[in-house]
Amino acid sequence: MNTPRILKSAAFLLALVVAAVACSKKDNATTAVTTDEVIVKIGSVAPLTGPQAALGKDNDNGARLALEEINASGLKLGGKKVKFELMSEDDQADPRIATIVAQKLVDQHVAGVLGHLNSGSSIPASKIYFDAGIPQISPSATAIAYTAQGFKTAFRVMTNDRQQGKVLGEYAVKKMGGKRVALIDDRTAYGQGLADEVAKAVKASGGEVVAHEFTTDRSTDFLAILTSIKGKKPDVLFYGGMYPQAVPMVKQMHSLAMKTRFLSGDGAQTADFVRLAGTDAEGTTASAPGLPLESMPGGRQFKEKFTAKYGVIQNYAPYAYDAAWAMVEAMKKADSTEPAKYLAELPHVTRDGVTGPISFDERGDIRGGAITIYQVKNGAWEVMETVMGDAAQPK
Amino acid sequence: MDILTQQLINGLVLGSVYALVALGYTMVYGVLELINFAHGEVAMVGAMICLAVIGGLVESGVGLNGISIVLLGLAAAVLVCMVLGFVIERIAYRPLRRAPRLAALITAIGVSIVLQNVAMLIWGKQYISFPPLLPVVRYELGGAVVTNFQIFIFLLSCALMAGLFLLVKKTHLGRAMRATAQAQDVAGLMGINVNTIISITFVIAAALAAVAGVMVSAYYGLAHYYMGFLLGLKAFTAAVLGGIGNIAGAMLGGLLLGVIESLGAGYIGPLTGGFLGSNYQDVFAFFVLILVLIARPSGLLGERVVERA
Repeated sequence: MNTPRILKSAAFLLALVVAAVACSKKDNATTAVTTDEVIVKIGSVAPLTGPQAALGKDNDNGARLALEEINASGLKLGGKKVKFELMSEDDQADPRIATIVAQKLVDQHVAGVLGHLNSGSSIPASKIYFDAGIPQISPSATAIAYTAQGFKTAFRVMTNDRQQGKVLGEYAVKKMGGKRVALIDDRTAYGQGLADEVAKAVKASGGEVVAHEFTTDRSTDFLAILTSIKGKKPDVLFYGGMYPQAVPMVKQMHSLAMKTRFLSGDGAQTADFVRLAGTDAEGTTASAPGLPLESMPGGRQFKEKFTAKYGVIQNYAPYAYDAAWAMVEAMKKADSTEPAKYLAELPHVTRDGVTGPISFDERGDIRGGAITIYQVKNGAWEVMETVMGDAAQPK
Repeated sequence: MDILTQQLINGLVLGSVYALVALGYTMVYGVLELINFAHGEVAMVGAMICLAVIGGLVESGVGLNGISIVLLGLAAAVLVCMVLGFVIERIAYRPLRRAPRLAALITAIGVSIVLQNVAMLIWGKQYISFPPLLPVVRYELGGAVVTNFQIFIFLLSCALMAGLFLLVKKTHLGRAMRATAQAQDVAGLMGINVNTIISITFVIAAALAAVAGVMVSAYYGLAHYYMGFLLGLKAFTAAVLGGIGNIAGAMLGGLLLGVIESLGAGYIGPLTGGFLGSNYQDVFAFFVLILVLIARPSGLLGERVVERA
């Protein structure tokens, strides 16, 4: 009775092992050579499910658009035609899943990674890419810490939060009459980092931080913290976080009859914020790194190409597009898709991107970089002012 | 003082929604001893159906006023969710009724994931906004502000809870449900159609969840395929807090959880000297839950100690 069962299990195990070997063989053949064409895998990581799925899909499509164009252009590297394949992965905006996904991409021998979308997931993942020697360009991670770890593989094409926070804090005090400023952040690397920079700038400009409350990037109910903030009578409330929280937050501010003005960063400066918050969005002020899409050198063209294929641009798609192009530019310079070879060229890349000139400083931050302040007027984001700056400037 | 009043109002409104969803958990647990983890997703489907109907009606330009459009959406959501509740029980749980408890529990989690993903495929990953059909009216109440939405949510939840309570305690059907909960086989021998009673329980629970889902989406102005997860988790906590299987317990647990969360988020910072921030709002609620479970393992109003997987 027992023997056949053992035999069966042994056979099953054997089958498993064979299958695993077969699979791993397939995996190893990353650059499956079909005579004269090389397939190169590029990872793209963003939250494709969960509350920020819409933003994640946006980034993913931006990268996809760039790689499709490059494939169509018939690029040749090292004498062989290169075909890029986008490996889209979902990190759910969760730092823990981000590291799992990063390891998966490393195991699949991707040549480079475009992502992640969130600072909170880009930072832990960057260690894994660094250890594997795989270049990573984040389209949208803005937390200072991302490039401050000394990882030579970590780059970004968006201005960091040191400058964004400074501009926001000064704007709150000087332009919005914010003598008393309250802060809420979502305790992510991005939200917390930005709120802390805003707090510094508010104090430096002569304002006072009267409250600093916290939430999470999954919450929808803020009445409790808004109530305790309302009691401190601030002029301006700054939220460091993403739009899925900013929308119910402004709505609840109105239902509490708060007169406080609402200010946020690029996480809330999205088309969806205005669509979802409706009339409650009116008067909301928010910043975003870089120029407004219409003022970007290639903004109009990009919008046409993107909307024809994927619909409305949420936010960071042009940056994902530029990140992909910057990576390929370095590959061209090195005439190779080997991470070790083209990584050396990445710091020397210069390119007129859709979002502006792309070049990196010694930390991997983008040089130059502007911050634009927007306000919702009549149901649309309107540009208030653009502050030109140099993100590369050390503190 | 007005801040305290405001926090209590916030908490009671939030708590009444939790209570409504918690009733579904507790009713199903009562008759089947199954924790129906798909319950939060049923609320999400309710919100989505309501928004789809509202969107369709607004676009078609039917000359209805805001309130009747919302009521039609709500009615559609309740009907669809009742069917959904029936189907879930029939397909996913009934074949497993004699199986080990763990199998049914894992199936429940599976149903929850399936519903989430189906909703994502149908309605997409985008947030859907609740159209501003109903004007927000604010009332001052001793320094605190209450909106018409909040009053409506609280009153409707209380009315539904009272209705359910009467149904279970005073009617024939309710007696059959209680009998089924006590001993399925014996109830069957007494001439109660156990299958029908269990189906009815699921249908009622789903209807309550649909109402809760619609209220949540109208209140926050947003709906999303993911919204059922946290709502379900909080309501489950409320049900356990009050004593799972006990209907009055679910109501008490829900209201209590809402108030604890509200006060916790409002006062945890000052109370701990800034050591713990308001992001510990959820932790605070679970902390209270743990304390209650240590002191009273069967929950606040629970009658029997439950020891099943």
